[in-house]
Amino acid sequence: MSNTPTLQKTIMTDSTRLKPLTTNAGTASEPSETAIAANHINIFYGAFKAIADVSMAVEARKITAIIGPSGCGKSTMLRAFNRMNDFVPTARVEGEILLHGQNLYAPGVDPVEVRRRVGMVFQKPNPFPKSIYDNIAWAARLNGYRGDMDKLVEESLRAAALWDEVKDKLKQSGLSLSGGQQQRLCIARTIAIRPEIILMDEPCSALDPIATIKIEELMQELKQRYTIIIVTHNMQQAARVSDRTAMMMLTEDGKRSGTLIEFDDTNVIFTRPKDKRTEDYVSGRFG
Amino acid sequence: MANADRIAGSDVFRPNLTGRHATGRFWQTAFLGATTVGILGLILLMLNIVNNAFGLVAYADGEDYLKYSPIPVEQLATSDLVVLLTNELSTGAINKLNAEQPLDTRSRSDLLALVFERILDREVVASSTLAEAVFNRQAFEADALAKNPDARFVFKSWVTTDFLTVPMSSQALFAGVRTAILGSLMLIGLTIAIALPIGTGAAIYLQEYADKSLINRIIETNIYNLAGVPSIVYGMLGLAVFVRVLEPLTSGAMFGATDTNGRTILSAALTMALLVLPVIIVNAQEALKAVPDSLRQAAYGVGATRWQTIWHHVLPQAIPGVLTGSILAVSRAIGETAPLIVIGASTFITADPSGPFSGFTALPIQIYNWTVQPQAEFRNLAGAAILVLLVLLLTLNASAIILRNRLSARRAN
Repeated sequence: MSNTPTLQKTIMTDSTRLKPLTTNAGTASEPSETAIAANHINIFYGAFKAIADVSMAVEARKITAIIGPSGCGKSTMLRAFNRMNDFVPTARVEGEILLHGQNLYAPGVDPVEVRRRVGMVFQKPNPFPKSIYDNIAWAARLNGYRGDMDKLVEESLRAAALWDEVKDKLKQSGLSLSGGQQQRLCIARTIAIRPEIILMDEPCSALDPIATIKIEELMQELKQRYTIIIVTHNMQQAARVSDRTAMMMLTEDGKRSGTLIEFDDTNVIFTRPKDKRTEDYVSGRFG
Repeated sequence: MANADRIAGSDVFRPNLTGRHATGRFWQTAFLGATTVGILGLILLMLNIVNNAFGLVAYADGEDYLKYSPIPVEQLATSDLVVLLTNELSTGAINKLNAEQPLDTRSRSDLLALVFERILDREVVASSTLAEAVFNRQAFEADALAKNPDARFVFKSWVTTDFLTVPMSSQALFAGVRTAILGSLMLIGLTIAIALPIGTGAAIYLQEYADKSLINRIIETNIYNLAGVPSIVYGMLGLAVFVRVLEPLTSGAMFGATDTNGRTILSAALTMALLVLPVIIVNAQEALKAVPDSLRQAAYGVGATRWQTIWHHVLPQAIPGVLTGSILAVSRAIGETAPLIVIGASTFITADPSGPFSGFTALPIQIYNWTVQPQAEFRNLAGAAILVLLVLLLTLNASAIILRNRLSARRAN
């Protein structure tokens, strides 16, 4: 029932494009509050500096998009927020990521706990080769969930707008779903463990336009409760869904490190950016 | 116009399509030739084995049956055969036979074989290959009759149920491979039990935990190199370490076993485990590498620890590959002869192996032992034993494939 108005809202926003979504969202009156912040982040792969001095404060219960040309370190930056870069043997992170003021890179912080609090949805849908039910139950059980599992599975699937499509086949493999459904299953799996932040790394790049619209609608629902950071190649998508946009680009000192060149409200980035490079990029003259 | 010219290739592109196709056909033929050579080799191998495992046998009895029975012993009643055996054999021999299986419960063919072997002294006069039996029968028969005018001829398949179920014998006609099959099976079972957990564990560590530091890379390279070390070298190692140094353990003396030495199934299994370990590690690592990284990331992304990720997702996904690789590695070990000879497997043993601390023989040892005998009939026995070994091998490989398909099918739904 609630899907149709959201869809209209999204499309309308797309056509007018300049209006920030927050003005439509109804929760805009709240004062902005920082959920997670990067503080002078440098990321190295061996000797190569992939990210140079990025600082950004991500507001709670808003969608923040990270855009920029290929290879400018968007995904690397995103992965710094939940310490996924720890798995790259040569990667090294300098600086701080502050989640409600607590530095995620401080000694003694367990990256496993970080990843529960900062969930992640990947570029390619990657459900576990288990049943739909177990995809959600496994993640929850793992993190010590002791409540009613059936209820949690239903709630999570409803929150991911997938319940009606899968409620009769919860025992089927998650891999039997379509790409868009798989991606929503991955989102359901992520919200089942109640994260504070959801990171999305080009979540729609492997999906068709219809599935993409569904995910985008879902993001609008989710931002009532969650803070979302999304990396996207698709500028229209950034304009459609995000409240704030971070523009990243390679530094011009010849070292080819990615850095943040502009971070502002989405409508500002797309209408009157302060940086010439941002303007060139969002108007399609570059990148 | 310029465009059209270029497509026609008048001046810039030389017409060479015919030449390119010819080159392609040349290589296709060459590769077909290579395949044919391989298949021919296999056919020759099979022909050779079958040629040995079947053939015409000339045999004669050392003793005349009339001394023991008015009619040919084949026509005696089963109970008369028991009486005959009891009368003619020593008490000791009868007690030993009864201990294996009481005479009056034995089958008629079993009793007849005993009569032929122990009383009538039935022996092979001459033995032929299958080719000889088919193409050169007259000459073979004349030869055999010249050696022994009483010789009788029978076309014999050396692979029979008796061959599988009776223990060794110095008489080719009554020899079997039961002890060797049991030895091989126990050896292989123990080898899998030792090598599979260790090999998989090492592969998991190297693939999932170890960083790419210099030391780890050196270790990995050396494991790959170990896979190429000749098996006889492992035999030397097994002899020095497991048979000699660890004798109290491998002989079972620590566990109260007496009157055995270190040349036991356990020693052999430990040696074989070392031999196949590098291959198992390499195979298991490949299987783990084939698990997509997206799966690991999915698990890490919902707050799984490394071990939970490995145990719940990586291993179940990799296990078909790990098992197939391991079984293939172990099935290679079934045919290994050199290390077993070095660590001193028995070549002649009639008692079944009783456990990890007993002496033993194995199929390849048996085959080797028979091929070095001068009499032609032992080559027939070797051919038959090779057939048994091949069937055992194929069974193991087939079970690997079935296991893999079943496990993959279970993952899929």
